[in-house]
Parts: sequence; C-alpha cells; structure tokens
Amino acid sequence: MIQVTNLSKTYTNGVRVLNIEHLEIPKGQSFGLVGNNGAGKTTFFSLLLDLIQPSSGHILNNTIQVNTSEAWKPFTAAFIDESFLIGYLTAEEYFYFIGDLRGQNKADVDALLAKHEEFFNGEILNSKKYLRDLSKGNMKKVGIIAALIGDPEVVILDEPFANLDPTTVNRLKKIIKELADDSNRTVLVSSHDLVHTVEVCNRIVALHLGEVVKDIQTSPETLKELEAFFAV
Amino acid sequence: MFKHFIRLEWKSFTRSASFGTNLALKIIMGLGALYFMACFAILGTAVFFILEDEGLEPLAAINKFMIYYILFDLVIRYFLQKMPVTNIKPLLILPINRSTIVHYTLGKTTISFFNILHAFFFVPFTVVLLYKGYGYQAILWHLAMMALIYTNNFLNILVNSKNTVFYIALALLAALGASQYYNVFDITTYSKVFFQNMYDTNYWFLIAVLLVVGTYYSAYNYFKNRLNLDDGLAKKSEVAQTENFTWLDQFGTLGTFLKNDIRLLKRNKRSRTTLIMSFIFIFYGLLFFTQSIEAYDNPWMKVFAGIFVSGGFLFTFGQFVPSWDSAYYQLMMSQNIQYREYISSKWWLMVIGTVISTLIASFYLYFGLHTYLIIVAGAIFNIGVNSHLVMLGGAFVKTPIDLTTSKQAFGDKQAFNMKTMLISLPKMLVPMGLYTVGYYLISPNAGLILVAAAGVLGFAFRNYVFDKIEKIYKSEKYATIAAYKQKN
Repeated sequence: MIQVTNLSKTYTNGVRVLNIEHLEIPKGQSFGLVGNNGAGKTTFFSLLLDLIQPSSGHILNNTIQVNTSEAWKPFTAAFIDESFLIGYLTAEEYFYFIGDLRGQNKADVDALLAKHEEFFNGEILNSKKYLRDLSKGNMKKVGIIAALIGDPEVVILDEPFANLDPTTVNRLKKIIKELADDSNRTVLVSSHDLVHTVEVCNRIVALHLGEVVKDIQTSPETLKELEAFFAV
Repeated sequence: MFKHFIRLEWKSFTRSASFGTNLALKIIMGLGALYFMACFAILGTAVFFILEDEGLEPLAAINKFMIYYILFDLVIRYFLQKMPVTNIKPLLILPINRSTIVHYTLGKTTISFFNILHAFFFVPFTVVLLYKGYGYQAILWHLAMMALIYTNNFLNILVNSKNTVFYIALALLAALGASQYYNVFDITTYSKVFFQNMYDTNYWFLIAVLLVVGTYYSAYNYFKNRLNLDDGLAKKSEVAQTENFTWLDQFGTLGTFLKNDIRLLKRNKRSRTTLIMSFIFIFYGLLFFTQSIEAYDNPWMKVFAGIFVSGGFLFTFGQFVPSWDSAYYQLMMSQNIQYREYISSKWWLMVIGTVISTLIASFYLYFGLHTYLIIVAGAIFNIGVNSHLVMLGGAFVKTPIDLTTSKQAFGDKQAFNMKTMLISLPKMLVPMGLYTVGYYLISPNAGLILVAAAGVLGFAFRNYVFDKIEKIYKSEKYATIAAYKQKN
C-alpha cells in the first residue's frame, strides 16, 4: 500500500531529520512507529501527508506519488495534532464538515458517532463547547474519530495514546484493533509507549535519529526486544 | 525582582517572531507613533494661541471639551490597548509574591504609548500656561489631567473583559455628543466646572489623584484575587450552539465551506472586529458626500468613497484569504478539498458582504440618486474586479491569524507585503480614473457606466483569476504550511 524509496528530509541548517532507504507497508497491515523524541516519527507522517517537502526520494500511497498528485486524499485520513481541528466549531459541526468533504451524509456520520459513543464518554457530543475549549484529551478523541469518517483505507494517527486516560486508552486500543482487522485497511500509529504499540500493531518499526533501526513482526518476544533496545 | 522582570520583557520584545522579519514595518509603525506624538505636541503648543485668536479663554475652552477627550480616550484604549495579562502563568509557581507580580504588570501599563502620548499634549500646553502667567495652579491642573488619563488606563484594565461596559461608554459618548449638537442637553456646562475647579482651587486636583489611586487599587485587588488559572487567567469560553445551516446543503461543497465561513465570522473575536470595521466603512462616505471637506469634493474622490462604502467587508475580509484558515491549514491540506470550491466560497461570501453593504448604504439616496449610483457602480466594480484582486493579494500573505484576539486587527503588520501593495493599487485608481474620464469627456452618468462596465468585464476573467490563485496556493503550499505553524 505504501512504498517509501530513498526518502530523506534535511533542513536548511544541514540537519538531516529523516533518512529511509526503503520501507514497504503492505495493504491491511497495522504498522507501529516507535522512537524517542526527534526520531523522525512526525516528520515521516508529515511527508506521507505531503505537508512538508521531501529533500530526496518519494512516497507512493497506493501507487500514487503523494507529492505530485492529490489523488491519495480521498482514501487517506489522519490526525496529527490539534492543528487538525477547527477551534470555533462544535464537535458535531466538525464531524459533519469532515463528513461533507469525504462524501458522507449526516446519517452516515451519525451512525459512526453512535458506534463510538462509549469512547466519547459523554463529554464530547452536545457538550455546548467549541473544540478550542475542550481539554487536550477530548480534542484528541474528536480528532481520532474524525479520521475514521468515510471508511478511509489508510488511517494515520500520530501519538494517539498521549494525553488519554487509562480507560480511554483501552477503548482506543480496541478501536484500532477493530480497524486493523479489516484486511483492506492500513493503519499507521506512532507512539512513545512500547506496550501499547506492541499490543495493537502486527509490525513495529523503530526509528532513531531518522534512521530505521528495527523492523520486526510482532511476537511474544517483541516487547522484550524493544525494551532492551531502548534501555538506558 | 523587577530587574528580572525587565530583562524578561526585553527578551520577549527582541525575540518575538515578528521582530526580525518585519523590520521595515516596525519602522513604519515607529514613524506613525512619532507622527502622532508630533501632532499632539504641536497641538499642545499651538492650541492656546488658536483658541485665544478665536476670542476664547483657552483653558476654559479646553476644560469644556475635556469630558469628550477623556471618554474618547477610553473608547480608543478599549480597542487598541493590549492587556498586560500575558506571560504571568510561568511566574505563578516561582517564589515571587503575588502582589509583586500584580504591581509589576500594572506598572508596566503606565509606560504604554497610550499614556505617554497624552503627555505630549499636556506638557507643552501647561508650559504655555505657565509662560502666559497662569501661575502654579497650572501645574495642579496638569497633575489632575494626567491623573485622569491614568484613571482611564486602570479603568480600561478593569473593564476590558466586559463588553457591556464598553458599549455603555460608547453609547454615552454618542448620546452626549448628539444631545449637545442638537442643544437638548449640554453635559459640558456641568463637566467644565469640574475641570475648571482643578485649576481654580488648590485642592480639587486631589479628587483626580484619589481617582487614580482608587482605580489602581481596584485593578490591583481585581487582579490579585483572580490570579488563578481557573479565574482571571482562565480562557473564557462561550456556550456553544450547534448550527447546521441545512439550507446551505443545496449548494454542495460550496455550501459546506460557506457554512464554516459564516461560523468563522460569527464565533471569533478577530473576525467580528472585521465585521464592525466594515460596518464603519459604510459611513466613511459621509465625509465625501456631505461636501464638508473641500479636498474630497471632486468626482474622483467620490468614486474612492463609493468603492469603500460598498467594499469595506470585501477588503477587510478578503485580504486575509486564506489566512483565516491558518489555524487548521494542515487539516485543509490533507483533506480531499477542491481548491476551486474553497476559493469560490470565499468569493461568494465577499459578494454577499458587498451586496448587504450596498443595501445598507441606500440611505445615501438622501444625497441624490447620482450619489447612490456611484456606490452601486462601486459595488459592481468591487464584485467584478476588486474581489479577484483582493484574493490574489491575499494568496501572498503568509502570516497566521489568531482568531481569538481582536487586537491585531488594527495597525496590523499582517497586511503589509510588497506584492499585496502592488496588487491593491488598481483597486482604487482604475475606477477613479474611469469615472473621471467619463465625467469630463462625456457626462457624469457616462462615468458611472464606465466603472460598472469595467466591473462586468471583470467577471469574464473570473475563471482565469481563480486558476491563477489556485496555482499560487499549490506552489506555495509548503511555505504556507510552515509559515502558519509559527505562532506570533
């Protein structure tokens, strides 16, 4: 589904923040990206969404080169950070807006929202609050569910577990596992938390200073291997 | 302790994102400030002699209108003066007394431009008074006036969060002015006694001093008691109401964007300021059509007014497309968005704004049909030509807009951009030129037809310009995303 070739990102001050020679993510995989701060996780996702320009190489998303064509947008959805939210909308308005852009009518969106009512924990819908006034955790919930609208084939979530309470983390894990069960859907998740990532992903790639340093299929030993790698 | 604060202040000034990048603009703003100071200083020096020539007792005349000066100052402050609350949060958990923090932040406001400026008027005026033999009481009067200015300063801090207080002050100012103009009620007969006593007696000035001390301590207590994250420093949040505007659904994607733009205008401080500004622009034409200012009493300046009366919204809103969406531009760029629909939604919004302005401006019919037709012709030109030019200019503006604050709307660095400047010249000059040519060569009506025809002709280029804007959006995409990520 996603092919990365000779991809690198170097900023004008000469610092190379990402350098991936080759990476292939097959369709239907749930792909976990782990690494310390500055490892290049968000940079990789930003390149995947064509939000920054690659210094060299390219990414193919379903054979479409992301920085030359926009045809990948209809089947790709993402939540990177709060800048993906429109602060002056209520949660419902935001969901319907994204729904409109993805060709979903109000009923489709409502059905999706009803399915995830538990995840919202009664704090999002009808809360009489604009998104800008929600807590960080609740903002994240809105962004994650909005990324599921329209049944996208590729779902990209940057640090989805951060800022969430333990119960919500467990609910989110369930949601991500369900997503990944669909063999047509490719899920990309990044995290600092090795345990969560190992639990929801069937493949894990560790980045360090922009380079791929580990690429493993998840097995019972994976967590130990990763913990040993990141041990101090 | 204050030494640390001042050092922090200096760093925040020199390291602010806009400091280095927009030096040219800083200089222009500095020149603007100097200009105002010079005006006030010249006025302060000359006003005594001007009033004397008019056969008035200068100090009494000044005192008569001082009430308006003070009220007007309060209104201006409300709009322009920044509140000192920023940067307090990190100090709260450090071992610093709360009272020190509050004293410091309040103290900081005293050296604001809005206070210093008045000194440029009052100091030379008082010097002239002394020179003319008004005696030591002139100094007492001066103290009282400066104390009242500072009272305004602290009053503004107290009421800044409350819109109602501001509107009451504005309504009071308008009502007093109107009733005085129509000889219904003259507040100045009472207020002038108050101000005159500052000079006539040796102790009345103490009232002003007590006022400034009183407002200072009210502001001090107000802040000190609210120096908590959940109170004075809390973000204010409004009760949100979901609005679906389902009637816009029939317009498809265009409707989707229009819905958001309407919510954008309604729910953000910054964009509401834009709406107020465009409303004020409607009355801008009064300066031109009442023949009250001689320099404006000619055909080309009337077209200038016609363009502004109908186009206030178009200019104030349009120049910041797409910056209005800067806060969530990354979202927009990763969604399946048709640029064309996005651009035409903004365009339609400007058209609607222009039409509404033109309808409200129908009171200009009072000045004759031709006057109103100038405005209508201006509106047609605005819709047909200027709407495209404004958006073309906006495409080059890459400064993020903070929707939640209204303060940037004035004296803004954001609109300043060489390309934008060049694009904005024809917006005024072309219709002014066309009307003048028609006016003198054929007839005033021919001038109007020329302007309107140019507007209609502009429609023909709509698709071409939209293509062009789309190309700019695409080619500048990465730079725009990067620029919008930077917070001011």
